[in-house]
Amino acid sequence: MIKIEAIIQTSRFDSVKDALKEAGIEGMTVTDVRGLGRQKGHTEVYRGREYSMDLLPRTKLELVVPDRLVDTAVEAILKSARSGKIGDGKIFLSKVDQVIRIRNEERGEGAL
Amino acid sequence: MRRSRIAAVFLIFLLVLCALPLWAQSSPPPASPDSSALAARISGLQQQVADARSAGDNAWMLVSAALVLMMTGPGLALFYAGLVRKKNVLATMMQSFALMAVITVVWALVGYSLCFHSGNPFLGGLGYSFLHGVGPAPNPDYAATIPQQTFMIYQLMFAIITPGLITGSIAERARFSALMLFMIFWSLLVYSPMAHMVWGAGGLLNISGGRFPTLDFAGGTVVHITSGVSALIAALYLGKRVGYPKQPMPPHSVVLSFIGACLLWVGWFGFNAGSALAAGSLATSAFVATHFAAASAAIGWALAEWIRNGKPSVLGAISGAVAGLVAITPASGFVGPMSALAIGFIAGVGCYLMVATVKARFGYDDSLDAFGVHGAGGTIGALLTGVFATRAVNPVFHDAAGNALPVGLLDGNSSQILNQLVGVAIAWILAIVGSLVILKIADLLLGLRVTEEEEVEGLDLSQHGEEGYNLETQ
Repeated sequence: MIKIEAIIQTSRFDSVKDALKEAGIEGMTVTDVRGLGRQKGHTEVYRGREYSMDLLPRTKLELVVPDRLVDTAVEAILKSARSGKIGDGKIFLSKVDQVIRIRNEERGEGAL
Repeated sequence: MRRSRIAAVFLIFLLVLCALPLWAQSSPPPASPDSSALAARISGLQQQVADARSAGDNAWMLVSAALVLMMTGPGLALFYAGLVRKKNVLATMMQSFALMAVITVVWALVGYSLCFHSGNPFLGGLGYSFLHGVGPAPNPDYAATIPQQTFMIYQLMFAIITPGLITGSIAERARFSALMLFMIFWSLLVYSPMAHMVWGAGGLLNISGGRFPTLDFAGGTVVHITSGVSALIAALYLGKRVGYPKQPMPPHSVVLSFIGACLLWVGWFGFNAGSALAAGSLATSAFVATHFAAASAAIGWALAEWIRNGKPSVLGAISGAVAGLVAITPASGFVGPMSALAIGFIAGVGCYLMVATVKARFGYDDSLDAFGVHGAGGTIGALLTGVFATRAVNPVFHDAAGNALPVGLLDGNSSQILNQLVGVAIAWILAIVGSLVILKIADLLLGLRVTEEEEVEGLDLSQHGEEGYNLETQ
């Protein structure tokens, strides 16, 4: 099992979600996050004072998939999240040892 | 037999009824009209006319009083609350709201009396303490057609918003208890003398009979200069917020400020047009001037910002409108619509420069620009009133024969600008000296500034034990 963490442009979230659904992946956890990357922030001016806003808003998706679906899922995210500009985000993959369904303590891939 | 008799009686009755008007007409008129009855009838009619006028004026003045209260809550409260960080949103609103309660009590006990009872040229007497003698009868010194009680409640709303304006310069760091103590003293020792000097019977700056007649229709000196200058003094006394100016402190919700500014704009019609103290054409003229100044000032500020920063901001446009409303306040009942457009535009650009460049150069932390908008805008407005005031709008000065004399500089009265300067100077000095003394007293007694930990935690939690936004709780 692999955990996929993808940090994407918030405006791309809907198309990413749809692409994952088409690829047969439905479960995910989504959070609004703010972060720093290569993309510079922007400045806001209030009554003549400039504020540089370097923490930019993004959306983070977390999903755990069986090994056989990893490539499909990553492909779906790459295709649907890409605008080609700096700031499109990143995808992190990591191994997951165990999954336990809280309702009936089912374990392993069946619990996904 | 019996029936025909009843019918005959009925017929005679009808005939008499029909004949009555003829008889009344044919009766000779009284040889000489009863003059005392006629006089009574005329005075009765006069009373009815006066009552009708009083009803109209009173209706407008009660509405105006409500509009001016709306300027403090929610107008000013929202305007300021949007400009602070979200950990201070409730405390900022509370500072305005608490004044609606506290100043009302002060006003009822002695505040109204110190402002409007005839005392000496500097301060009113104590004759109206506990509102003694302030009832349904009009006070012709101020407004002959409305109950003095209406005048009293209308003026109270001014006494409430004026200290409220000060809270903008010391936002996010004042201790609530000490601030309220400061406001009570300030209302008595700064606001009351200034209001009495300018508007009170026998006041030093009173337009009819004062030593230096100062034109201040709705409170350029009394409200905006006193509060704006006191705000600067308070900001200097308290010092900068922790982290200012390194740490970014952008407004947490310009949306709230937008709603507040729009409420202020509408409420200002009560503030300025209501200052006519009657529902006549002078109120209309002040209403029009008020609106025009707000409009051109919004354009002025936004345009200046557009040129300098490349974008016209929402906060700039609404701040400009407020600056224009401040500047037109003393002039509103003395100038025509074209002058109002000019005053507004000058104030919009002038206040923008105060806020964007002067503040940055001197480095003081006037957090929400109470001085930059009210102190600067009030001063600009008070001086421009001496330039643009015209007898065509409000013939306030007369010669012995009763002819209207020129009022402002462009009207042909070059000396009025000097009187305006005297009024402005007195307002500045009173605000500086009075505020310094009261700040010191409140600081010694209760400590004006919260501790650093309390400030970092936010005033909502540290002063009131609440949070403005509990959006994550279910």
